Amino acid sequence: MTATKTPTERPPAQRVVRRAGDRLFAGSAKGSGIFILVVLAGVAAFLIGEAIPALTAPAEDVPGGEGLSGYIAPLVLGTLLGAVLALLVATPLAVGIALFVTYYAPRRIAAGLGYAIDLLAAIPSVVYGFWGLAVLAPALVPFHVWAADHLGWLPLFAGPASTSGRTMLTVGLVLAVMILPIISAIAREVFSQAPALHREAALALGATRWEMIKMAVLPYGKSGVIAGAMLGLGRALGETMAVAIVLSGGAGATLNLISSSNPSTIASNIALRFPEATGLGINTLIASGLVLFVITLAVNMLARWIVNRRADFSGAN
Amino acid sequence: MSTSTQSPTRVAEEPGGAIRRNRRLPRYAPLGLYVAGIALGAVLSALTGFSIALTAVYGAVLGTLAVYTGARAVEGRRKATDRLVTALVTTAFAIAMVPLVSLVYTVLDKGLARFDAQFFTNSMFRVVGEGGGAYHAVLGTVVITAVTAVISVPIGLLTAIYLVEYGTGRLKKAITFFVDVMTGIPSIVAGLFAFALFTLLFGNDVRLGLMGSAALAVLMIPVVVRSCEEVLKLVPNELREASYALGVPKWRTIVKVVLPTAVAGLGTGITLAVARVIGETAPLLITVGLVTGTNLNPFDGRMATLPVFAYYQLTQPGTDTQAFLDRAWTAALVLIILVMVLNVVARLISRFFAPKTGR
Repeated sequence: MTATKTPTERPPAQRVVRRAGDRLFAGSAKGSGIFILVVLAGVAAFLIGEAIPALTAPAEDVPGGEGLSGYIAPLVLGTLLGAVLALLVATPLAVGIALFVTYYAPRRIAAGLGYAIDLLAAIPSVVYGFWGLAVLAPALVPFHVWAADHLGWLPLFAGPASTSGRTMLTVGLVLAVMILPIISAIAREVFSQAPALHREAALALGATRWEMIKMAVLPYGKSGVIAGAMLGLGRALGETMAVAIVLSGGAGATLNLISSSNPSTIASNIALRFPEATGLGINTLIASGLVLFVITLAVNMLARWIVNRRADFSGAN
Repeated sequence: MSTSTQSPTRVAEEPGGAIRRNRRLPRYAPLGLYVAGIALGAVLSALTGFSIALTAVYGAVLGTLAVYTGARAVEGRRKATDRLVTALVTTAFAIAMVPLVSLVYTVLDKGLARFDAQFFTNSMFRVVGEGGGAYHAVLGTVVITAVTAVISVPIGLLTAIYLVEYGTGRLKKAITFFVDVMTGIPSIVAGLFAFALFTLLFGNDVRLGLMGSAALAVLMIPVVVRSCEEVLKLVPNELREASYALGVPKWRTIVKVVLPTAVAGLGTGITLAVARVIGETAPLLITVGLVTGTNLNPFDGRMATLPVFAYYQLTQPGTDTQAFLDRAWTAALVLIILVMVLNVVARLISRFFAPKTGR
């Protein structure tokens, strides 16, 4: 009797095994996760809340006097111009670097070389600004003059060439250096994951190293490179200090890359104007920050979606 | 002409099973061609006023062309393309090294001028020209970064634990996705968020060290979550199962088994996350501002931080411009050193605290 009674007493005892400590720990872990979602929602909510006065204000009260869209549109153009330029320069370079580190460099030093590239990502953006202003901008002035003379028929190089080099072109190159490690890190990872069987099969058929890469590595790594480029784009769009220091901006919308009058970018405009802004000026800047937030959010979500889609189908794991 | 004489021998060899092409460029030919290209490049650049940069560019282009043409004539189209791509890929890497070397050299060159004891012991209080230092800014950065870490590490670590140990279904997917998205938030937007939040709480014109920490935490939390999650995933399941089999509750298993096993990776990840935010300028610029004196209380008024200090020294120099520029570059140098030290520390942590393997 007692033997059959003990098992019937067990189930309630087992239920008690879910202790207070367990519940507390699980709850706080889950709570932190939810807190992160709340923070992200909070970022959006607070930005919208502080931007509303600028959205509803009469056009002539907004700084610049042409309404909110008239204020933000040139900034969006400048932001996109610098970021796209950076992307065009950085992506091919980053793919080359990734290939070099994964398949060309001697095995023994490859890891060290990869680390050297990663160092580029560790340098604070304000230091990039210093470098762009003191080294890159003066160094590029001859190129500005050359481009104005020889490529002046393109609207991008219409000139007159800036004598200080503090142009959208220089900014694009600084941003390119900054996003290079981001793109090449992701490209390196996907390239090194290319199936060894495919690579060795290509080599066994007599392919040269480049043919092997073209046939086995690049098709496999394509979406990874695209995703890396999108992440780099997101970083370039939001980059603040380097642009704020290097660019002499604020001259309205123009596609001209090499003249001394450039459109500013959203982020650098905020950094430059915020410390002195008051009243509606702050709301306007926050509204422009909201636009930047939405743009980068869209770019990053797209990038993550591509990465995740690839992870689902690649069979790499 | 050489190819026409070559093909019969190749055909003759193939039945014998010789796969390897016997016509190859001599081993040191590419090197020689590059040296010749650089020499020619030096001459060419000397025509328009000698410069090392032009010599390197000419040398790389001419050398690559020479190797390609040579390989094309001797080895055939496919090998030549292979050599061309090798040259291009190597050049890409070399190009990426140029800014790194140039940047480090410039910062060292200009920053060492004021890299002295005074820089680390004096603040900018009542300094208008020469002298002064970044004592207040270095300490401010340390305080704000420490507060940021105190906010971010528990939240980030607990979230990572949730994702790896507890998370299921939609909530886990949502958190993973939005943490990824959060890593892409521009730093200036994080600053605006902190500003908007504290403006709502404390009214206009509030500037606190804590605001800066809140902004930096928004940037740091996703980095901590991602790196801790990766590390926790690496802890073998056998360890957890062995612990459960001994009747240890789940939370004690996590605290006593999972976390100690992963401690090296966690330390590395958190240190790298600190390195990521310690150089952030934009959010601090709009939330913390700058002062000339020493304020180490993050709950009271503006504080000085190293990146913002460097920025204002560079962009708003006073009458004695050179003194301000020197301080700016030295601050940049200190910033780089801080980040590098954190990176090295992170590597050391992963080396010395790694779980013992092979028993």
